[in-house]
Amino acid sequence: MIEKNLVIIGGGPAGLAAAVAAVDEGERDILILERDAVLGGILNQCIHNGFGLHTFKEELTGPEYSARYVRQVEERKIEAKLDTMVIDLSKERVVTAINETDGLIQIQAKAVILAMGCRERPRGALNIPGARPAGIFSAGTAQRFVNIEGYMPGREIVILGSGDIGLIMARRLTLEGAKVRMVCEIMPYSGGLKRNIVQCLDDYGIPLRLSHTVTKIHGKDRVEGVSVAAVDENRLPIPGTEEFVPCDTLLLSVGLIPENELSRKAGVAISQKTQGAVVDESLETSVPGIFAAGNVLHVHDLVDHVSTEAELAGKNAVRFIRGLDKGPAVVMVETGFGVRYTVPSTIHPAAATSITTIRFRTDNVYKDAYLTVLLDGERVQHLKKRILTPGEMEEVLIPAKWLLTRPGLQKITIRVDKE
Amino acid sequence: MSEKKELTCIGCPMGCQMEVTMENGVIRSISGATCKKGEIYAAKEVVDPRRIITSIIPVDGGIYAMAPVKTATDIPKDAIRRCMECLKTIRVGAPVSIGQVIVADLGGTGVALIATRDIPKR
Ligand SMILES: Cc1cc2nc3c(=O)[nH]c(=O)nc-3n(C[C@H](O)[C@H](O)[C@H](O)COP(=O)(O)OP(=O)(O)OC[C@H]3O[C@@H](n4cnc5c(N)ncnc54)[C@H](O)[C@@H]3O)c2cc1C
Ligand code: SF4
Repeated sequence: MIEKNLVIIGGGPAGLAAAVAAVDEGERDILILERDAVLGGILNQCIHNGFGLHTFKEELTGPEYSARYVRQVEERKIEAKLDTMVIDLSKERVVTAINETDGLIQIQAKAVILAMGCRERPRGALNIPGARPAGIFSAGTAQRFVNIEGYMPGREIVILGSGDIGLIMARRLTLEGAKVRMVCEIMPYSGGLKRNIVQCLDDYGIPLRLSHTVTKIHGKDRVEGVSVAAVDENRLPIPGTEEFVPCDTLLLSVGLIPENELSRKAGVAISQKTQGAVVDESLETSVPGIFAAGNVLHVHDLVDHVSTEAELAGKNAVRFIRGLDKGPAVVMVETGFGVRYTVPSTIHPAAATSITTIRFRTDNVYKDAYLTVLLDGERVQHLKKRILTPGEMEEVLIPAKWLLTRPGLQKITIRVDKE
Repeated sequence: MSEKKELTCIGCPMGCQMEVTMENGVIRSISGATCKKGEIYAAKEVVDPRRIITSIIPVDGGIYAMAPVKTATDIPKDAIRRCMECLKTIRVGAPVSIGQVIVADLGGTGVALIATRDIPKR
């Protein structure tokens, strides 16, 4: 068996940033395992601009953002095995992988960082009646077809789901000459960024139908159209509102799920809410020495946050390898009214850095509300927010002094207050 | 002659609906913005809306069939269609390197088209 100090599973933005940070923290014995033929992850197919405003203070396309990190990895001569699929991970941190040159390999790692990203929710999860003709794609698959292979999935398109990938694809397909008839969103609000609604839909006159869904797919061999209906407040189609929309292609942009099969094999506790690992302030999972960052941990909308999060995982994995003790005290992070989840969900005060960032999403749209932080019931923050929406990840910053001046602290509560 | 234009601010998730009143091409008033950022955006957007355009072009002999490209800076919104037509006539040979200028002046905008990814030779 090969031995390595740090093994990183996945060579997307999260894996690359974690590797760079680990080297900068003094670790040299690192291996990145990536199943694709190149590093960079999903951003290689996201050819639009808008990445990196936070990290590089300029607006890059997806491949350009990835390339910056790939270069940093190359400069540091970090070892990466490409075309290598990790098939198993044990809680003793034995990583099993396969590729064509080495065959089956087993690596005993001192620390592991999970950076496998996420995948798209398939149509099966939706249950739309109708046959299964050709012409139904997930938005991400269509993105790969168009942007990497240069192949158009269809000419007349309906998109279900107004997440950012769906919005971006509406513009891409229109620019390439297709007719995007509409984007349907079952919720009364879009999960996508305002900027994408304006620049991908409004700019091209593509209608966004909020509180609408696809109720039936027509066509036997190829999609010939879809039935679209308005939904009530319980998201059930309202009888009599159904309308036939002709199209040859239906794109589904109905959400992303963290890719956690390997994490489950290692016995990592998975949150029901994020579908990602439950982690502490160092991004360590319930299994000692296994860390997680990026979309495998919780779905991010800005890759910049993926990179910062992964840097933290990289540094902390190195501290773990060196045997740093986090101390016995643990503070729980509790989700109060309006908060769907938080990452992390526990904090060790003795190990907390000068500022701990707690990232979270709200469960609904709240206007003119307050973001409140309580330490064992004592209100320490009450911040007015013009708007909070589930589509945008929020964060609160916890200074170490809040933790250190309160020995015996049990829980931090994050909640949305109407006043 | 006075004219009204409606637009949505992209400054934050509020997405304020704004209305700009123009008189002979000069902005008279902006309503609906909740903050200053919205007014600044609206003023620019009604007079000179610009966008960066990203697309792909075919590559001969590369490890991938297509190379992603972008305009080096933003171009006027009404030049987008024209530029997309020009793009359809462009091919390059591998290798392509990130940042490489593919066309110096895309569709008469004065803006260059550049590659956004390395595409090595096959
Ligand atoms: C289709 C799609 C489009 C997106 N578009 C945007 C966008 O436009 N803007 C934006 O900000 N964000 C977008 N995102 C979110 C984007 O994924 C993140 O911003 C960022 O790429 C996440 O980085 P990551 O490293 O966590 O995941 P990824 O980039 O997905 O990288 C994960 C890597 O792990 C590898 N991997 C997974 N499992 C294994 C295994 N078992 N063995 C070996 N390797 C493995 C994968 O091949 C991949 O390279 C998109 C996501 C998807 C799925
Ligand atoms: S005007 Fe201000 S509050 Fe309204 S969307 Fe723009 S930035 Fe947000």
